[in-house]
Amino acid sequence: MSNCLSGNEAVAYAIKQINPDVMGAFPITPSTEIPEHFAQYVADGEVDTEYVTVESEHSSMSVCVAAEAAGARSVCATSSCGLALMYELLYIAASCRLPITLACVNRALSGPININNDHSDSMGARDSGWIQIYAENNQEAYDNFIMAVPVGETPSVRLPVMTCMDGFITSHAVENIELLETDAVRKFVGEYNPENYLLKKENPLAVGPYDISPYYMEHKVMEAEAMKAAKARILEVAAEFAKISGRHYGLFEEYRMEDAQLALVLIGSSAGTAKAAVDKLRENGVKAGLIKVRVFRPFPGEELARALANTKAVAVMDKSEGFSANGGPLFAETRSALYDLKDRPYLIDIVYGLGGRDLKTEDVEEVFGRLAYITVTGETGPVYTHLGQRQRRR
Amino acid sequence: MSAVYDLKREVEKPERLTGGHRLCAGCGAGIIVSGVLRALEKEDRAVIVNATSCLEVSTFMYPYTAYTDSFIHSAFENSAATCSGAEAAYNALKRRGKVEGTVKFITFSGDGGTYDIGLQSLSGAMERGHDMVYVCYDNEAYMNTGIQRSSSTPRFARTTTSAVGPVGKGKKQNKKDLTEILVAHNIPYAAQTAPIGNFRDLHTKSYKAIYTEGPCFLNVLSPCPRGWDYPMAKLPEIIKLAVDTCVWPLYEVEEGVWRLSYMPKKKLPVEEFFRSQGRFKHMFLKGNEWMIEEAQQYVDQKWERLLERTDA
Repeated sequence: MSNCLSGNEAVAYAIKQINPDVMGAFPITPSTEIPEHFAQYVADGEVDTEYVTVESEHSSMSVCVAAEAAGARSVCATSSCGLALMYELLYIAASCRLPITLACVNRALSGPININNDHSDSMGARDSGWIQIYAENNQEAYDNFIMAVPVGETPSVRLPVMTCMDGFITSHAVENIELLETDAVRKFVGEYNPENYLLKKENPLAVGPYDISPYYMEHKVMEAEAMKAAKARILEVAAEFAKISGRHYGLFEEYRMEDAQLALVLIGSSAGTAKAAVDKLRENGVKAGLIKVRVFRPFPGEELARALANTKAVAVMDKSEGFSANGGPLFAETRSALYDLKDRPYLIDIVYGLGGRDLKTEDVEEVFGRLAYITVTGETGPVYTHLGQRQRRR
Repeated sequence: MSAVYDLKREVEKPERLTGGHRLCAGCGAGIIVSGVLRALEKEDRAVIVNATSCLEVSTFMYPYTAYTDSFIHSAFENSAATCSGAEAAYNALKRRGKVEGTVKFITFSGDGGTYDIGLQSLSGAMERGHDMVYVCYDNEAYMNTGIQRSSSTPRFARTTTSAVGPVGKGKKQNKKDLTEILVAHNIPYAAQTAPIGNFRDLHTKSYKAIYTEGPCFLNVLSPCPRGWDYPMAKLPEIIKLAVDTCVWPLYEVEEGVWRLSYMPKKKLPVEEFFRSQGRFKHMFLKGNEWMIEEAQQYVDQKWERLLERTDA
């Protein structure tokens, strides 16, 4: 069925269709509408989820951790500082191998306080052990949330999943999207039946030990193995999802990459703008292409290297500053992935869009212009730069 | 629970906190946990929650757990939220016919995890009305990290962050009255207790807390031989002195009705409690008599107020 929904409504609707056991709810812009819509579903009796309206995001994630450990499928939504407040628990959720699903509506981190979109919140949590899947638009936000559940709950994975969409740009913009029938969603996600859980009568379970040096590292390696295993599982689930939806998803999307010599790598809603720019450049005979990274954790390094192997110059576009003084997080991952290629393309990093700064098609064209110049001169110039800075007055 | 409390019969129940845990000899926490869990009906299961604490690291060091019931620890400041999450799961799974029998939800946290870093989480869980019991084992400082002052540490007590010297007089501030804060949440049951005598007080209050529907709170005095500096065999004596000096009065507030649980036959001077522990040693130095006087005045004021409230 076709519907006109905002990204937040689409995710709330996905959660309604999943009808999880427990939801931890706390408001923060721009994700607030997700728990708001869900509260209405609860009030209308459309779901029988235990809806826990906590006093902070820290407690929201704490509720999800305990509920999931107790055997309940648990979800929540947050943004920005809310995710930052959950930080401690994100690691705990992952290390306890609890497949919670969290909708992260990406927003800049304070400070200074700013409610608009960039990826600094989820990028800050990129090493917490969560699977991260990013959406370009409302349709993907909806689809990703539904696929996240069986991915995380797979016994060989058992990791929490963060599905991300761009705040306001995706969360508040209304688009036509295709929704699945609720029965199809319920069938797709199935029942959550973990092997061991706190409320299991036959076998009491202890969760969250003090873990000493002789064991701690083994547990972390198991977690790392699970993240590796997640990659194949994400593709399997996407293939199953294609059967019921007709929509196909990979670890990343390649747009006009077949013979591309100049390419962008980026994440999220900017892909729409970039695709328009690529189309325009193609009309002018420029062999431009785009890779939109969908799955950032686990990072598809080998696959990305293969996809970029025949390009001449690549611009990675980071929608978060990493303050590494050496480029943003997507750049660091991509450059590392390309290192094993025999012939590597030129590579630059463009940090853009912080705190909701617009990215226009002209901006993207300018980046491609730089790439073209690099291929002609063989000079990369400054590797790591920021796009669209106003002139500083002296 | 039968009408008459019988310690012998109660201790015949299988221990839910088994021996072999790593708590110090002379620590209050272990006997408090055993004492509280003993109030569970035999056939009922429990999910036990711990905040990060001495108790947690001593009772669940991988791969051994001292609990026979299910257990979860996640962090320091979120034990109440954690307990509420497990309880929410129980409600959800019960509704969907996926869990059998009665399960009770009991949290144990120290004073650091309760009075300080966990206060928001606790307040939230109490306000939301989860069917759970929150037990604070109050040893009046951050003992797990090496005896630092908390908002529960009494005035003048020496800790590693309320040091004593030519200028420092131990902790500057009085102890936060957490039990009153919990009473102000209008929860169905809040009580102050201690593992004293034959444990009747701890047992009956634990039973009430566990089997009263809704959020219930127990604040339990839990001496610490390392932090309070006393010989481990003196544990029962110190608890008795805390209660008989009215430093730690035993009372309960049930549906808003205050009730004194224990009236000392003879109210002892507070210095008898202070003298039993090294953390108050400097109060007995020449020139520091004012400390004992002020501490006595404070305890007397609090006690008078409690007597008024309980109509005792």
